Amino acid sequence: MPFSLLKYGLRKDYPFEEDADIPSAHKLRDSYDVVIIGGGGHGVATAYYLAKYHGITNVAILEKGYLGGGNTARNTAVIRSNYLTPEGVRFYGASVELFQGLSNEFDFNIMYSRRGQLTLAHTESAVSAFRQRAEINTHYGGKSALIGPDEIRKLVPCLNMNPAHMPVLAGLWHIDGATARHDAVAWGFAKGATQRGVELHQLTEVTGVDVENGKVTGVQTNRGKVRCGCVVQAVAGHSALMAEKAGFRLPITVYPLQAMVTQPVKPFIDPLVSSPALHCYVQQTGRGEIVLGSGSDPYPLYNTRSTLPLKESLLSNAVALFPFMSQLRMLRQWAGITDITSDYSPIMGLSPVQGYYLDAGWGTWGFKSTPICGKTMAELVAGGGTVPDLIKPFSLERFERFAQINEMGATAASH
Amino acid sequence: MKMLCCPLNGPRNVAEFAFGGEVREMPDPQTCSDREWAEYVFYPPNHAGVIAEWWLHVPSGYWFIAERNRSTDEVIRTYDPSEIYTTRVDFAAQEESKA
Repeated sequence: MPFSLLKYGLRKDYPFEEDADIPSAHKLRDSYDVVIIGGGGHGVATAYYLAKYHGITNVAILEKGYLGGGNTARNTAVIRSNYLTPEGVRFYGASVELFQGLSNEFDFNIMYSRRGQLTLAHTESAVSAFRQRAEINTHYGGKSALIGPDEIRKLVPCLNMNPAHMPVLAGLWHIDGATARHDAVAWGFAKGATQRGVELHQLTEVTGVDVENGKVTGVQTNRGKVRCGCVVQAVAGHSALMAEKAGFRLPITVYPLQAMVTQPVKPFIDPLVSSPALHCYVQQTGRGEIVLGSGSDPYPLYNTRSTLPLKESLLSNAVALFPFMSQLRMLRQWAGITDITSDYSPIMGLSPVQGYYLDAGWGTWGFKSTPICGKTMAELVAGGGTVPDLIKPFSLERFERFAQINEMGATAASH
Repeated sequence: MKMLCCPLNGPRNVAEFAFGGEVREMPDPQTCSDREWAEYVFYPPNHAGVIAEWWLHVPSGYWFIAERNRSTDEVIRTYDPSEIYTTRVDFAAQEESKA
């Protein structure tokens, strides 16, 4: 052992390189079959499924910052499928199923933890909306039920049942609600993709998209030109700006979303608890920190600055739900840029440019869909532009047909 | 505290205001194509630069226009809508309801 350690220490090249979980690519070649813009969860997941299930490994992931350093690191890691529309329930349900097997598949622990998610209803109209969601979920094989105050008390004994003078009338109990370590999800996918030959190029910013006769032919980067026959755009909050480089517009408005996390305390709250009326959702991570998320900012902005009014309202509502939390200290606070569509559903599939595929409009619901996005986007690429059934409803042209998938009630402020 | 300068009430806390969407020209719903209408409804300007926006000062119920930079959150200028809208805007829907 000491001898091998000595050998390791005397080597001139970076000693961990060949044993690295995620081998880094040094040279950016001038041509690839597929270029994926964005090395966040969605981008690396697409590369992973392309390499693993379709044998397509001549792929470059171009990331302007570092792996999983954008919204993948800024979300609040909620996994659930209790949506309102049949299209949404099917799609997010498939994602939850994939999440459950990821640690085994990667041979890498993503700290997936099924806790159940409890969404609180404080008004009669919320109760009837939740009843509808529970019915639709159950019909499409999801696990959701409407539960009363007694059961809520049993699930979350420390919850104040009358927060901010808005008594808790009922709850939407979603047994499949879960959380996972968001960075680990990106790392796991990146590990699986790069070990199969996909190249991950960090600090490589796409500055332009080359389009000839309506077909994509390559991208320009800060490290030179790259030719390719197919591009997948997965850039979260910058989707609209990237699409403009390719010459078309997206029906997206960008809002910051703010969140914060407390110091770690011993486990006291098992399920993920959210209150749409109080614009507040709360969960305790495996490390004991309590993650707090709020509703979106009140006006659009391409900026991850934080504001005091939003933090104040988030904290006062969190303390109203869990009064003893007033004793806790905050560790960190941050914001992410979210690209919100008018129907709160994503934009996936074909774009006006041939060979340029979209994975955009992920607003505040991107993390929970990471695996199914990667899987369906890989199918789309491998099929040469044949859109998989699961993502057909989320096409860009639905806006022209006025065929929106309205998920506002199931999405806004109830991650 | 972030301030916004209301053309009617002067500088006030931004919490007193509500964002009301982008200033853009509405196509005639009776004559425009579905595509044009979809573009108007779903494709507001969203670049990372200066955009003219409608804002409401909630306590006084006063609507005005603010030119705001969407990457720095700087408000360049606020002004009364009468600077742009010099003639009355009539909606065709009113005529239809009479018929």
